[in-house]
Amino acid sequence: MTTPAIPEGVKRCSTGKFALGLAVAGAVLLWGVYAMFLVWYKGLNQTGMDNAYGFALWIWADLAIIAFGGGAFFSGFLTYIIGRKELKSIINYAVIIGVICYSSALLILGLDVGQPLRGWFIFWHANVHSMLTEVAFCLSLYLGVLVIEFIPVVLENPKLDRFRFIHHFSHNMHEVMAVFAATGVFLSFFHQGSLGGVAGVLYGRPFSFREGLLIWPWTFFLFTWSAAAVGPCVTVLITWLTEKIAGKKLVKQEIFRMLGKISGWMLLTYMIAKIADTWYWAAVTAPSKGFALMDFYTNNPIYGIWILIAELVVCGLVPALILISRKGRENNFLLAGAMILAVIGIGINRWVMILQVMAAPLLPFQDWYMYMPTWQEIATTILPIAYGTILIMLAYRYLPIFPQEKELNPGS
Amino acid sequence: MTKQEQHTSTKRYGMVIDLDRCTGCGACMVACYAENNVPFSKDESDKMLTLNWIRVFKVDNGKPFPDTEICYIPKPCMQCDGEHMDGHSPCVSVCPAVATDYDHLTGIVSQIYTRCFGCRYCMAACPYHARKFNWWDPVWPAEMEKYLNPDVSVRMRGVVEKCSFCYHRYQKARNKAYLEGRDEVYEDEYQPACVEACPTKAITFGDLLNPEHQVYKLSKSRKAFRLLEKLNTNPKVYYMTSKKWVRRKTDNYIENESPGETRNSSKTQKASH
Repeated sequence: MTTPAIPEGVKRCSTGKFALGLAVAGAVLLWGVYAMFLVWYKGLNQTGMDNAYGFALWIWADLAIIAFGGGAFFSGFLTYIIGRKELKSIINYAVIIGVICYSSALLILGLDVGQPLRGWFIFWHANVHSMLTEVAFCLSLYLGVLVIEFIPVVLENPKLDRFRFIHHFSHNMHEVMAVFAATGVFLSFFHQGSLGGVAGVLYGRPFSFREGLLIWPWTFFLFTWSAAAVGPCVTVLITWLTEKIAGKKLVKQEIFRMLGKISGWMLLTYMIAKIADTWYWAAVTAPSKGFALMDFYTNNPIYGIWILIAELVVCGLVPALILISRKGRENNFLLAGAMILAVIGIGINRWVMILQVMAAPLLPFQDWYMYMPTWQEIATTILPIAYGTILIMLAYRYLPIFPQEKELNPGS
Repeated sequence: MTKQEQHTSTKRYGMVIDLDRCTGCGACMVACYAENNVPFSKDESDKMLTLNWIRVFKVDNGKPFPDTEICYIPKPCMQCDGEHMDGHSPCVSVCPAVATDYDHLTGIVSQIYTRCFGCRYCMAACPYHARKFNWWDPVWPAEMEKYLNPDVSVRMRGVVEKCSFCYHRYQKARNKAYLEGRDEVYEDEYQPACVEACPTKAITFGDLLNPEHQVYKLSKSRKAFRLLEKLNTNPKVYYMTSKKWVRRKTDNYIENESPGETRNSSKTQKASH
């Protein structure tokens, strides 16, 4: 009798339905791959970037996707370092989402350079003063850690697990996972931070420049903290979405609420720090460079003060307050809504720290610079979503990701 | 350190552009294109996608006729000394692959095209938009390739380029001085192409640390200033004008602040070379 590829005791959709899903995601993936080919073959003239907009949609996607993937390191930290063992029910999924986010980020970085074949120069000719060097090293190493964390999950596939060596190997990898989780937390602290540093160190750009501690601008710490706050929200939201599509419960509701509570407190403390940072920047840093706060939010068609209010209040303080309140967390609508708002808020933060920085004029005789992405940029930014969907479909079908699935769905 | 470098005293090459003399003729731009093999694209009207190492901006005082006044501002790379005058220019400190470097012997910020992998972090860091990206492969009309300057390498698609203060001319002048047994390069031996081409002699170039050079005196004039001085980038390109409204157009001021009272303290900082 052959061993089934689908984990024992769980039910999955028919092969036809699964293939149809794969085909839809695959079509989107192919669209992105075609755009990727055009960019690599014809160069960055395929984008909407120009000499004023050296950083644009892709860098935003990188920053956002890495913040969203922060659930992997923070859940690992809570599970293996702090000892919240109940999170083991979601940690596998957090790792898979992390693998998707980080591999996508590296792919986008590979697209976003003018000479992709020279990408290795960043390691070979590394400039230790550059935040981007730190990003490249920590990002690559952390992706390695995530892959190591992902391997035992892959090896638990019934077809592989029947081999004695593989079975013991994956079991032993699980045993030492705390070491990798700790390494991941260490690396994540630096790369999440250095992504914040990318914009924060630009002392020629008053909109993003921040003072800080030693060599690290305040954005270094704010980015790490905000990724830790919003990462678990993304993990929960994707798990929820998976549950809706699969039509079954996969993780106990208490886990979502617990992660919501942790995210809420992280988000609230982040917002306090972020508001203090914004106030100091608006009152001291920017004026010292000749700019008043409203100089950054007027005389242009997009970037009004609304974006600051949306980031700090609507998508910052409001979801934080919902998530820290028991009533808020116990209402599924409020819990999901607050998490979605928090994710949007961090997305806005990453957007303004890249695109608004490029847009704001510095010389008084220059206007705001506006940017419109091309379809090639949009397709390659959507590509990771299609790739992630396919990886999640395969992982959900063939790997025992959710240890509570059998218990929560006894009839299936 | 090579023997030659031991005999070379430190310079801080810079330029002073007299805006009251500039007529906006664009000769500096044309000379730069020819000297540095700067390619041009099919559509040169979109200046955000084209290459130029020096670009002349036209600004006005915002008043209607007959009170309208015009000023032309040529803008090359500012060759910034950095926040602490230590060579950590905005672009140099961020380049992840050391593809742009600050030469402590001359103060010139270089760009190594074969090292650059086109991440454009330097472009994001530069407040003057002095850095340009090669969005396309360089193509010159037939026969024109014969007129390319053999002293300057052409750049490939996907890398950043910028004004080098015609560094190849400095190398030639230094070689000549060395062969003639001199340690010093004379002021007139090293002059960038834009300086030579200016018909009104609006641009003066030399060593900002050498009291015998014209730029030394001009840079200390009460009329001299630099673009966006408050950012503390410490450019080595100075401008001169007697017009107050022009001064106001070259930096940012918060309410009730005027150019005179914001003359940057970094101006008085001692060069650390």
